Amino acid sequence: MGTSFGRGGATTFQQDLQNADCIVIQGSNMAECHPVGFQWVMEAHERGATVIHVDPRFTRTSAVCDLHVPLRAGSDIAFLGGIINHILTNERYFREYVVEYTNAATIVGEDFRDTEDLDGVFSGFDAEKGAYSPASWAYEGMQVASAAGQREHDGHASGERTGSGGVELEGAEPPQDRSLQHPRCVLQLLRRHYRRYTPEFVEETCGVSRDLFLRVAEALCESSGPERTGAFVYAVGWTQHTVGVQYIRTAAIIQALLGNIGRPGGGIMALRGHASIQGSTDIPTLYNLLPGYVPMPHTEHYGDYHEYVRRNSPRTGFWGHMEEYFVSLMKAYYGGAATAENQWCFDHLPRIDGDHSVYVFTKGMLDGTVKGLLVLGENPSVGSANGRFNRLAIAKLDWLVVRDLVEIETASFWYRSPEIETGELRTEDIATEVFLMPAAAHTEKSGSFTNTQRLLQWHHAAVEPPGDCRSELWFMYHLGRIIREKLRGSTDPRDRAILDLAWDYPVEGTIAEPSADAVLREISGRGPDGEQLGSYTELKKDGSTTCGCWIYCGSYADGVNQTARRTPHDRQSYVAPEWGWAWPANRRILYNRASATPGGEPWSERRRYVWWDAAQGRWTGEDVPDFVATRPPDYTPPEGATAEDALRGTEPFIMQADGKAWIYVPDGLKDGPFPTHYEPAESPFTSTLHPAHPTNPARQVIRHRLNPIANGRHPALSREVFPYVVTSYRLTEHHTAGGMSRFVDYLAELQPAFFCEVSPALAAERGLEHGGWATIVSARAVIEARVLVTERMRPLRVQGRTTHTVGLPYHWGTNGPSAGDSANDLYHLVLDPNVHIQEVKAATCDIRPGRRPRGPALLALLDDYRVRAGIRRAAR
Amino acid sequence: MIAGPPTIVSHLVDTRSHDATGAPRSMGFFTDTSICIGCKACEVACKEWNHVPQDGLDWTGESYDNTGCIGANSWRHVAFIEQARPVRQDDGAHGDLRWLMASDVCKHCAKAGCLDVCPTGALMRTEFGTVVVQSDVCNGCGYCVSACPFGVIDRREEDGRVWKCTLCYDRLRGDMEPACAQACPTKSIQFGPVDELRRIADDRVRTLHRRGVSEARLYGADRDDGVGGFGAFFLLLDDPEVYGLPPTPVVPTRDLGRMWGAAAAAAVSMVAGVVVAALRSRA
Repeated sequence: MGTSFGRGGATTFQQDLQNADCIVIQGSNMAECHPVGFQWVMEAHERGATVIHVDPRFTRTSAVCDLHVPLRAGSDIAFLGGIINHILTNERYFREYVVEYTNAATIVGEDFRDTEDLDGVFSGFDAEKGAYSPASWAYEGMQVASAAGQREHDGHASGERTGSGGVELEGAEPPQDRSLQHPRCVLQLLRRHYRRYTPEFVEETCGVSRDLFLRVAEALCESSGPERTGAFVYAVGWTQHTVGVQYIRTAAIIQALLGNIGRPGGGIMALRGHASIQGSTDIPTLYNLLPGYVPMPHTEHYGDYHEYVRRNSPRTGFWGHMEEYFVSLMKAYYGGAATAENQWCFDHLPRIDGDHSVYVFTKGMLDGTVKGLLVLGENPSVGSANGRFNRLAIAKLDWLVVRDLVEIETASFWYRSPEIETGELRTEDIATEVFLMPAAAHTEKSGSFTNTQRLLQWHHAAVEPPGDCRSELWFMYHLGRIIREKLRGSTDPRDRAILDLAWDYPVEGTIAEPSADAVLREISGRGPDGEQLGSYTELKKDGSTTCGCWIYCGSYADGVNQTARRTPHDRQSYVAPEWGWAWPANRRILYNRASATPGGEPWSERRRYVWWDAAQGRWTGEDVPDFVATRPPDYTPPEGATAEDALRGTEPFIMQADGKAWIYVPDGLKDGPFPTHYEPAESPFTSTLHPAHPTNPARQVIRHRLNPIANGRHPALSREVFPYVVTSYRLTEHHTAGGMSRFVDYLAELQPAFFCEVSPALAAERGLEHGGWATIVSARAVIEARVLVTERMRPLRVQGRTTHTVGLPYHWGTNGPSAGDSANDLYHLVLDPNVHIQEVKAATCDIRPGRRPRGPALLALLDDYRVRAGIRRAAR
Repeated sequence: MIAGPPTIVSHLVDTRSHDATGAPRSMGFFTDTSICIGCKACEVACKEWNHVPQDGLDWTGESYDNTGCIGANSWRHVAFIEQARPVRQDDGAHGDLRWLMASDVCKHCAKAGCLDVCPTGALMRTEFGTVVVQSDVCNGCGYCVSACPFGVIDRREEDGRVWKCTLCYDRLRGDMEPACAQACPTKSIQFGPVDELRRIADDRVRTLHRRGVSEARLYGADRDDGVGGFGAFFLLLDDPEVYGLPPTPVVPTRDLGRMWGAAAAAAVSMVAGVVVAALRSRA
């Protein structure tokens, strides 16, 4: 989303789904995983929208949709690419929108070669490194700012992490062919790239019949144009693949072609799985970003503040003000200690020197380079892919801190875990010192959640936490305070980074809880006189403003906690601008200037949202305009204009350097400017499209003996031994790795046991008995589950043969009243190269009746499978 | 332009249990199963508010239903019914699979068998027209259990008394919506004055019929049925039996009058016979 439109957040809000004429839910099981937001899909359905669920399984979402389209897990790009081909072949795109608001007319340089030219790779591929150099992907006559694909630290290189800002374009404005005829214009390249994605190809690859596919394609095409709009909804069913970012990109292309971005009833609704997962990327728990998607400095920036700022401040678009955002952040961190002379304490920031994402540092734990781990709000023993890899890594640590509501599996690995059971780990051999710290629940602490639609909502502590339970805020604040006390008086220069911090939050109550309100005030930002700022456009680079996260600037505007506003829906418009506060600047639909024609008129009365009011000389409408408010539609940038002033009055994607939605991404992605269908790393099928490169050539593989992968050296053997697709998912009744649900009586009883879902045909093929037990085996693990035989699991016909899927909810682990094996133990660590996310939506497995062996016999069974699959040679 | 009043939400009626004069109104549920998504929020909200104990950790294998049925420890129960007609196995064709979900609850019958048979007066009809067990009066005799045509009221093993949905009597007294209805994200469970709910339900059936959902029908909305109509009635998409509901429920005390009448007649005739016999023998 970041690379396509400029900000890595949902482009719309759930309440607006009620306006859609068509909603395609794909890669999401919205009714089960987001039941409250799903009311707006139901509302759209009541008003006559066509609601379609594309999913390998028939779920509670499918049950209330007009159409369920079962497709093979891992084949979504083939399906969506087919829709793109359908739109182009039948000239169904929204021409005026496409020409004006997307980069369809832009001409790409001569050096670019497509996967169709090079049999499965784009130009710039280095086979040895398994990585791309994007230089040849550039627009004609432009240089790309950096070899983004190779610069790990570059926030812009990470599609989903490009939360708010596009990629820099240097050089003259690229040439365009507004007739869309030039052979190297984006639209023609797109046509060539997808011309083989025919309905027949979709049928053969996805297992979706031609007729069913065409019904979806037509439903979308019919919900396009000035009068009508359609929306896409996705969640981790798209992200958790080795080509996850490209799944989302494919939908972004469809929505750009159909003119559905920035308009009511349109957009792409990215659904996040936790209460504040959007918040945890906005003010990140990620290694390569600072708050507000400002890139983390790299070792190459030692001492070189100016180079750091220059490289991250494109000449055009709102990122042109990156220095204002950065200086204000450093003033929030370091207060008076940050001065122009010391470059705002730039050298206090740690530097990254490579990929430090979660599975990479977990491997570091195994290798002994990472000694300690703090686990907050996570349960990697259950929730991370390849559980054994994670648990054995944790067992190598010197120390481990787990903060949670209950004793989750990550904290109990040393005496209760699958590895203890098999004898691989023995308690007496584990040297890890484990600290289990009780955490406060959300009802026991104040703070904000940033939900799936960028909406900040405040929650007030109802009671003080019991006993020793404490909030994260309390833990972090007092940890910092104690460390600072221990370092007091130190003359070691490296301690300055901690001692200079403005660590001065007021504390409240008997437990000395830091004031969350004070933290939000700091995040929202203050002006020279200490007054709360209204908007990030007020930020300065002279050190006179402070702001903890520039995209949250204004969340405490006018000295009012804007996130705590709760005007009921019946006392305001459906956009509900007075409920909570959404970033940026309380906008609910992003890029909403696109809801008006280039001339500034609504596209239609029915789809009126934000428009130019010539009399008042400003943009106005239902929402906060996502545009310079007083910039007329006919504005043309003067010579030498920079930042947002360099964009025309007709360019709605104000975070992008060219102000356009990117159908083609010339830089910023590690695996290509267009999405290409690749098979999952483990698949029962090979790609008929590019047999030479069946899987994403730029995929990231965690190479380790604990992470064996089928399909490697002996794909044919692997497919014989692991013939089925295994996909994982959530149930309404439980929450992710189960820490908040399996231990709660009222939830545990609703889904009390780990089960697998299989079709009657697969049950017959493997002798599985409904209500009995099954053993599921992958190249990594052997687990067992109760068997639920259901027609909701469909065998599909792919490449001329029948394929079966085993479905596994992943909530269970060894602890609590509802215990069971962990589905994630089955999965491998082959990752999406852009965002380092694991592929737990499609891998391969075998399934057999009965319970799994116990003790060392389990390892023997696993070994037998690996030998037969050609993953490992038989021991002599 | 966009978004008139939301059509689902606009079904919502005034949920206050007292009218403008402060007089209590007849309140109930209309559960529209056509928009139920099976999230079970109703089950959980009910248990949280009413402190209903856990009902066991048994995995049933009956679709996603691990509650099984309404009982002393589950006052709401979401049924999951998977319906599949025979399909060709290799064909991904659509349209032959249906997954019905329905949240069941005590019907709060207008003629309530449980209430009729209760010897202690523990079961009572409230000022809102609902049927409630007073747990401090119940002596656990269990007559009501066999008197309920739906199998709703049930004895809790641990304490011997009977328990069931109170329609959140305590909340109603404070003009609050029952917990299940408030938690329902799609407003499949609607709470309000029964008369108004009946009107809404009739409209809803007409709308669904117009859209071609000809199988939509109301269950328990008819005041002339065997239990005098339900205070908590339903819109179903199939026969009641499919959901485990009796098609024509009858309050078992319906025939009590006639039976007592017959018994009285028999007694009278017996007495008469005895008297006649006695008179004759004397003569």
